Amino acid sequence: MFGLIAKRLLLAIPNLIGVVIITFLLTRALPGDPAAYFAGPAANKEAIEQIRVKLGLDRPLPEQFVRYVKDLAGGDLGNSLTTGQPVVTEIRNRLPASAELTLFGLVISISIAVPLGILAAVKQGSWIDHACRVVATAGVSLPVFFTGLLLVYVFYFLLGWSPAPLGRLDVFFSAPPQVTSFYLIDSLIARDFGLFRSALSQLILPGVTLGVFSLAPIARMTRASMLAVLGSDFVRTARASGLDTRTVILTYAFRNAMLPVITTLGMVFSFLLGANVLVEKVFAWPGIGSYAVEALIASDFAPVQGFVLTMAILYVALNLIIDVLYGLIDPRVRLEG
Amino acid sequence: MSESNSVLRHARYVVSENPVTGFAFAMFLLIAFAALFGPYIVPHDPLASDTAATLQPPSIKHWFGTDQLGRDIFSRVVVATRLDFAIAVSSVILVFAMGGLAGIASGFFGGWTDRIVGRISDTIMAFPLFVLAMGIVAALGNTVTNIVLATAVINFPLYVRVARAEANVRRETGFVQAARLSGNGEFRVLLMHILPNIMPIMMVQVSLTMGYAILNAAGLSFIGLGVRPPTPEWGIMVAEGSGNIISGEWWIALFPGLALMLAVFCFNLLGDGLRDLVDPQRRT
Amino acid sequence: MAKRTPKKTGATVARDASISMPLLEVRDLTVEFATRRGTVRAVEHVNITVGKGETLGIVGESGSGKSVTSFAVMRILDRAGRIAQGSVLFSGVDLTTTSDADMRRDLRGGEMSIIFQNPRAALNPIRKIGRQIEDVLLQHAQVGNQDVGEHAIQMLEQVRIARPRERYHAYPFELSGGMCQRVVIALALACRPQLLIADEPTTGLDVTTQKAVMDLVVELTRERGMSSILITHDLGLAAAYCTRVVVMEKGRVVETAKAETIFTKPAHAYTRKLMRATPRPGVSLRDLLPEGDGSRAPAPKASGTRRTTGTLLTVEKLVKEYSRKREVSLFTRLFEPKPPIEEEIFRAVDGVSFSINRGESVGLVGESGCGKSTTSMMLMRLIDKSSGLIMFDGEDIGEIPARDFAKIPLRKRIQMVFQDPTDSLNPRYTAARAIADPILRLGDAAGRDVRARCEELARRVGLPKELLDRFPHQLSGGQKARVGIARAIALKPDLVVLDEPTAALDVSVQAVVLNLLQDLKDSLGMSYLFVSHDLNVVRLLCDRVIVMRAGQIVEEGLTKQVLSDPQSDYTRELLAAIPHPPV
Repeated sequence: MFGLIAKRLLLAIPNLIGVVIITFLLTRALPGDPAAYFAGPAANKEAIEQIRVKLGLDRPLPEQFVRYVKDLAGGDLGNSLTTGQPVVTEIRNRLPASAELTLFGLVISISIAVPLGILAAVKQGSWIDHACRVVATAGVSLPVFFTGLLLVYVFYFLLGWSPAPLGRLDVFFSAPPQVTSFYLIDSLIARDFGLFRSALSQLILPGVTLGVFSLAPIARMTRASMLAVLGSDFVRTARASGLDTRTVILTYAFRNAMLPVITTLGMVFSFLLGANVLVEKVFAWPGIGSYAVEALIASDFAPVQGFVLTMAILYVALNLIIDVLYGLIDPRVRLEG
Repeated sequence: MSESNSVLRHARYVVSENPVTGFAFAMFLLIAFAALFGPYIVPHDPLASDTAATLQPPSIKHWFGTDQLGRDIFSRVVVATRLDFAIAVSSVILVFAMGGLAGIASGFFGGWTDRIVGRISDTIMAFPLFVLAMGIVAALGNTVTNIVLATAVINFPLYVRVARAEANVRRETGFVQAARLSGNGEFRVLLMHILPNIMPIMMVQVSLTMGYAILNAAGLSFIGLGVRPPTPEWGIMVAEGSGNIISGEWWIALFPGLALMLAVFCFNLLGDGLRDLVDPQRRT
Repeated sequence: MAKRTPKKTGATVARDASISMPLLEVRDLTVEFATRRGTVRAVEHVNITVGKGETLGIVGESGSGKSVTSFAVMRILDRAGRIAQGSVLFSGVDLTTTSDADMRRDLRGGEMSIIFQNPRAALNPIRKIGRQIEDVLLQHAQVGNQDVGEHAIQMLEQVRIARPRERYHAYPFELSGGMCQRVVIALALACRPQLLIADEPTTGLDVTTQKAVMDLVVELTRERGMSSILITHDLGLAAAYCTRVVVMEKGRVVETAKAETIFTKPAHAYTRKLMRATPRPGVSLRDLLPEGDGSRAPAPKASGTRRTTGTLLTVEKLVKEYSRKREVSLFTRLFEPKPPIEEEIFRAVDGVSFSINRGESVGLVGESGCGKSTTSMMLMRLIDKSSGLIMFDGEDIGEIPARDFAKIPLRKRIQMVFQDPTDSLNPRYTAARAIADPILRLGDAAGRDVRARCEELARRVGLPKELLDRFPHQLSGGQKARVGIARAIALKPDLVVLDEPTAALDVSVQAVVLNLLQDLKDSLGMSYLFVSHDLNVVRLLCDRVIVMRAGQIVEEGLTKQVLSDPQSDYTRELLAAIPHPPV
């Protein structure tokens, strides 16, 4: 098991190196001159040149790269030009917001998609099967930002059930004492139920938006995988041995069917991390997605670099967890790998 | 000759079995029509602003209402079809050519080809794909070409994976061995024997990623990294209308959003129908 | 043996049925399937009885409905199938009216079991085999939770799996095909059912493994007084292991008789045809054909410029090695104290030498993994050798890399007929295009001549001209085989390697194809290397035979000699494993 993890980690390193290089190149290619921005509108050419030297932007590209990597190794992601704050700090502050939102959305989508997919496969041809197919195809077709806007319009503007999409908490509340930085959990720990309800009500619409977005591929994959497994030889043997329906579906079919679904989760995560950016814009969510977009538009490349790097590392870590999960379930990977 | 007959017959059968596919195909024709002829038949100039008639709800004069600058939304939505459709088609063709060829070479020859293509693919996959697209467009500039390029790049790993798997499966089959015995060199085997067998599955992929390409372009435009105003494009129109949702002017964002959704939905249904046509055992 | 508690509802099956009442009685059974082209009747008006302790064989070719009948008995038909008519009485209970829940609870696994082809696929790949046996035991309340582990191990012992305690924790991918089949048998017999159905249980297994598995099944069923049904396409196998045999054709029963008479005095014309077509000792190729066809005179010998004597192919000390190098990661090398494991080398072919003369047909036999396919691939120049010599008509073809061989003129002189006719035809090429491929690439005909050539070849192999423009999925197995043969002989090769060319075909089609191959060899003056595991077929077609095992040749000589008076123990073992019908 340990060997499996170590092997995967080693394989991930060249990927991370590639990510660092590409991020560096992309952001150095950003339009706009950070030196001019930093110097201010009143600065003259000499002042801008001075700033440029100070920032190290006059050095050749490879040298800048080495400097960048050195800083990276020391945990320094540079400073944001627009806010002046170290990028690491800002990312650390804003990451929990995005993480809580993403996890919330994922929990919603898995808890609907997986049972739906299983039912659709078991009762093939029934109305549930057709509903699942429609949901899956429609869900994949909805632009995530459109879903968000639609939900805001219906539930906030028309029905008034949801609060205004202005962030994680209503104006009247302040953040709970920080334990996990997840407002839902922290407010429960602090036994502040009013706060909990507020945090939850703010989370619902963006969470459901993300949930709807990730529901479709998961439901689709679960259904297809269950169908394939239910038609396999070993399920036929299990049925022919007289095993009861519950054992056949759960112990025999489901565990085998989950394998491709778990690998799909990796792809779903990739989509979610991207969709996060869009949802945070619609709901004014103070996460790292909106942080990066604002920086991008302002040609402030240190936050963008930090964001892309963080996302990539997160993604690699997530894939690692998925690989390990897969290995736990499938002995062929463990013993042959 | 008998091949096209049987394909037609099979297609007719699939459409009759599955009216949804027929519907999707009809929708596709409608979209193509709008893309080709839209600009010529719309009632109003999509770029013409009319400060007297801003933020009007849908009416007889303006079927979809007007936006903050008084422009007719219906005309803009129809004209935008051409741009979004063009972006989707060109990026898909690009990635199909690049990714498809790289994939089958990688799956068939293995060795260094496989390793290099795999490395490139993995590096792209290490990024959350939309984020990478954002980065590429931000770095290279907000032009349609760059949007197409970015979409092609982020879809590259998927095409490589599908093509590689298909080529790999067929690498040692009997008919490939027989082709070698008949005097076909390795490249001929790849192009004349393996590629024709892979095409149907790749076509399914193409159809499915068309929808994804449109969504990608729209998403980029939504956060300001895509097409620039005043060009009519579905994503940017939704962005422009998003601020007005809270104040209740729903039509500005809704109609382009619906058009977006319908187009993607149509491509996905078409892809599913194609999949049924090509390989009934893989029906989803 | 745990006491069987009476079941709650539905099918309470009588255990003490009197000897005279048959255990299973299928009456007028008709099964229909809903397909794209309407309703298809897979089985029509079938009557079968199985007595207590009896072993019944159901024999038929593909499409005969033999498997569908047994699936209908167990009520495990596909979703699209249904029992349209008739009844199935199991110890007096009509299974056609029993609910699925009752079937599941009381009958399947408990009173009747089934084992299928492809044993590895029949087991859950991610569950330990011991646990899978336990599931069945617990389901039918045979034992309590504490004892179930021991019982599972006992079952593994009974099916003769060595080191059962260890193997309990094994996963299916860690076991061989034969061992997987034993586990499947253990699953089927765990709850001591009264009836065991075996659906082609030995297809795909080596002939020695086949014998071991069949002997085991027969022994266990006899021991427990069980009845069993053996479904097979091999009449010889059925006659050897069963007391009575039922012959089915196109969904109907054509004959039911005792095993001895089926072979010696077959009554129905179809049975006679099947019996004649089964390769067995003491007959010639022509005898395999249906009566009346055998009178065809042998094809005229080759005439013309082709030499008909002398050595065509010589192989000397041919070796093929594969390295099973385990990728030792950097991490392991840094942190493990012991040195990394050395490269493991696997010798698929270990110093093989033989020769083939012109006009000769040589058989290359052995079980799976013996290296016969690897050897033939090297001769074909589809893969490269590791060391050794391959001389073809005076030229050292072993030195030419496989990659380059496709483009040289020598290529057309060595061709191949493949085992799986479906796999060896490009699904997107018509039959004509497939046959034309070698002509276009290596031949010198062009344009309309190519088509004429294809038609001539089709005539030669007995393929109707109209089928030339069809695609593989529109052709039958026998037709596809003919297309493959036409393609192989298109350029009049000197040597044709045939890799189990009839293994995937029905036995009656096989008879015709084998005769065709013999005729072609004689009329075109070709040499054959016939790779097979089926000694009976080799006996009919080959002048000489080479027996391989674990990459080496253990015996070789004239077919008549080797098969009647084998020198090596292994050959004797192979011959003994062939099922002997009672004659």
